[in-house]
Amino acid sequence: MDISIFQITWFVLWSVLWAVYFMLDGFVLGTGFMSTFIAKGDTEKRVLINAVGPVWDGNEVWLLTAGGATFAAFPTTYALMFSNLYSALILLLFALIVRGVSFEFRGKLDGVIWKSLWDKAILVSSFLPALLFGVAFGNIFKGIPMRNDFTSLQFSYDGSLIGLLNPYGLVTGVLFVLLFAVHGSLYIALKTVGELSDRAAAMANKIWPALLVVAVVFLAYTWPATKLYNNYMDVPVLLIIPVIAVVSLLLVKVFAGKNEIGKAFIFSCLTILFVVFTGVTGLFPNMIPSSIDPASNLTIFNSSSSLLTLKIMTVVAAICVPTVICYKIWVYRIFRGRVTSEEVLGNSDAY
Amino acid sequence: MNVVTLSQIQFAATCMFHWIFVPLTLGLSIMTAWMETKYVTTGDETWLRMTKFWGKLFLINFALGVVTGITMEFQFGLNWAEYSRYVGDIFGAPLAIEATLTFFLESVFIGVWIFGWKKISKKVHALSIWLAAIATNLSALFILLANAWMQKPVGFVLRNGRAEMTDFLAVVTNPYGWIKFSHTLLSGYALAAFLIMGVSAWHLLHKNEVNFFTRSFKMAAVWAFVASVIVGISGDFHAVEIARTQPTKFAAMEAQWETKRGVGMNLLLFPDVARECNSVEQVCVPNALSLLAFHDANAEIKGLKSFPPELRPPVTPVFLSFRLMAGLGTFMILASLAGIFLSRRKNFIDNRAFLTLMVFAIPVPYLAEQFGWLVAELGRQPWIVYGVMKTTDAVSKSVTATQVALSLLGFIVLYGLLGAVDIFLLVKYAKKGPDKDLSNLIDMQGRA
Repeated sequence: MDISIFQITWFVLWSVLWAVYFMLDGFVLGTGFMSTFIAKGDTEKRVLINAVGPVWDGNEVWLLTAGGATFAAFPTTYALMFSNLYSALILLLFALIVRGVSFEFRGKLDGVIWKSLWDKAILVSSFLPALLFGVAFGNIFKGIPMRNDFTSLQFSYDGSLIGLLNPYGLVTGVLFVLLFAVHGSLYIALKTVGELSDRAAAMANKIWPALLVVAVVFLAYTWPATKLYNNYMDVPVLLIIPVIAVVSLLLVKVFAGKNEIGKAFIFSCLTILFVVFTGVTGLFPNMIPSSIDPASNLTIFNSSSSLLTLKIMTVVAAICVPTVICYKIWVYRIFRGRVTSEEVLGNSDAY
Repeated sequence: MNVVTLSQIQFAATCMFHWIFVPLTLGLSIMTAWMETKYVTTGDETWLRMTKFWGKLFLINFALGVVTGITMEFQFGLNWAEYSRYVGDIFGAPLAIEATLTFFLESVFIGVWIFGWKKISKKVHALSIWLAAIATNLSALFILLANAWMQKPVGFVLRNGRAEMTDFLAVVTNPYGWIKFSHTLLSGYALAAFLIMGVSAWHLLHKNEVNFFTRSFKMAAVWAFVASVIVGISGDFHAVEIARTQPTKFAAMEAQWETKRGVGMNLLLFPDVARECNSVEQVCVPNALSLLAFHDANAEIKGLKSFPPELRPPVTPVFLSFRLMAGLGTFMILASLAGIFLSRRKNFIDNRAFLTLMVFAIPVPYLAEQFGWLVAELGRQPWIVYGVMKTTDAVSKSVTATQVALSLLGFIVLYGLLGAVDIFLLVKYAKKGPDKDLSNLIDMQGRA
């Protein structure tokens, strides 16, 4: 079979891995930084941490898999994406490290200062990845200032951390933060009981208008700032993807307003998935465009692995990914109930 | 300092820090699963209390192993972009398989194990720690197969300006990787067993929970001895493999300068790099090195002088690390053997000298692990992929020395703080001892 079929397959898989990662870690990050504004007192904080406790690590693995898949299927993209965005990704890495241990460490000692220290750590280390992922993807949509010669294998990059904080990157960053804020608040409302749950639902309703405004700004600003719409003009049927994203976003509010939190959360999941799909569909066949030289674009064709490696990885993915999805659904079913303060206080292994 | 040196320091620092936590995860996950299985099959509640107590230490340690692992995956692209681009076609595959096959399994079932005490049956609960433990062990296999390819590259061709895979089977059956896997995995079991023996010895010195900690000690002593012996045997096989495939590493480990047949082994030895000879060479066992390296008393061993100085690894650190690792390993075999016999004696808990020794022996396997890593990775220099790519050619071109200096500083501060907190918590919970309240534990298994 022709290599381009595998390159396209892996582009689709690459998009799905990122989209699912943002959908799943989105509510963990959202719960993390929104807990500061929603939870009152130590017990409620613990309820929220334990609401994400059984699943946060498994959700984060989607990021490692997205990274690993980029490495195996598109090594040149992996190499240039990580090295060109060095400083931003180091910050992201530090935040993810702190986030992970905060959950584990916070409940291990009883001191007031100890706990408030880790609360602040959870706030910052959950907020920062949400913002940085948005900024990074905004810049990927827009293109970064790199010059790549694929024959002589000379690659250069002319950007900086400050350069990434351009208006479009920041708008995308804020979009991600608000998406995860609503997503996390809905998750809290879904997984807790009583007043805590009501407060979280109210919070989701309160933030939603801001999310809508930023989403509109993002969609409008994408026109002058990126070339994402070109693919949609060439193949108008693809517009169904952003339409699903927008409709899902509206339905989040419809159901959250009626206090049907389960449905609102499902549409929040769809919103995040289709926002990512909207972006990557516009990128295709680029993975990272260059903002200064179209010939330097990293595409699925000039950055992929060999046919053999792509074939092997396809077999691995075809076996592993469905299996993972099956046991993850089983685990979400085991922990489908709401988390109560009695349960948290009664379990010596709880966070 | 230039960007290559800084990137090397950062990689070594983050990898060695990661490697403080991973060996204990490898060993303690399996041993905790073993304890819980004993509880499920015998119904003896001491096994349940052991599962909970040692499992708690396992989890505190596990957290740092996981988060520092993210750094490892990102770092190939962050600091070693030229390397990643050049070998990603081969090196990326085991990493991606590691993530999809093992990281998911490990993370998901650890979650089930921590939070599932009241939600699933006893058997499914024990199964979940087994799945997590097996996944953890398997992830070591894939990362070591990837590392083995850097040590002994197989199944590839240089084409299109990079190394492309031609034989996946050769990559995953690379004998270098499998020997290294058995050596590394079992060293993790030995490390975990020494931790259990050390913590148990501390409590026995304080006459605390004598039955609980005697049983823990006895179990761990057997694990430690068997594991340490296998580590020694696989280490011998590993040395043979290195002598065959990485002559410069082997010569540095043994401070062998001249190429000769039937080489003896000096028990007292110290290299003098400037003069390309050894300043001390005493007590020679004839033909021993040839025998060790090729299982043939008359075999030829290539000396360092057969290679230009720029292709030799840093001799003194590799030589010293190897000696220290082997010496500490020998101590572990002897100490665990003594542990097996002494812990079966009636007056075991009055043997304060031995118990004290075992408390202080906790860091021994940790040091051996770090020295082992140094032998493997310093010994590979100046190559990043032995014989194929130099480390100096592998570094990211778009990253500046200032950027790496700042991130290195960040890592030192962050890892320093987190490491201190984690070790503090480990010591605190280790000293606290097992939960006394059995009724609560049995209630947790209410649905069993």
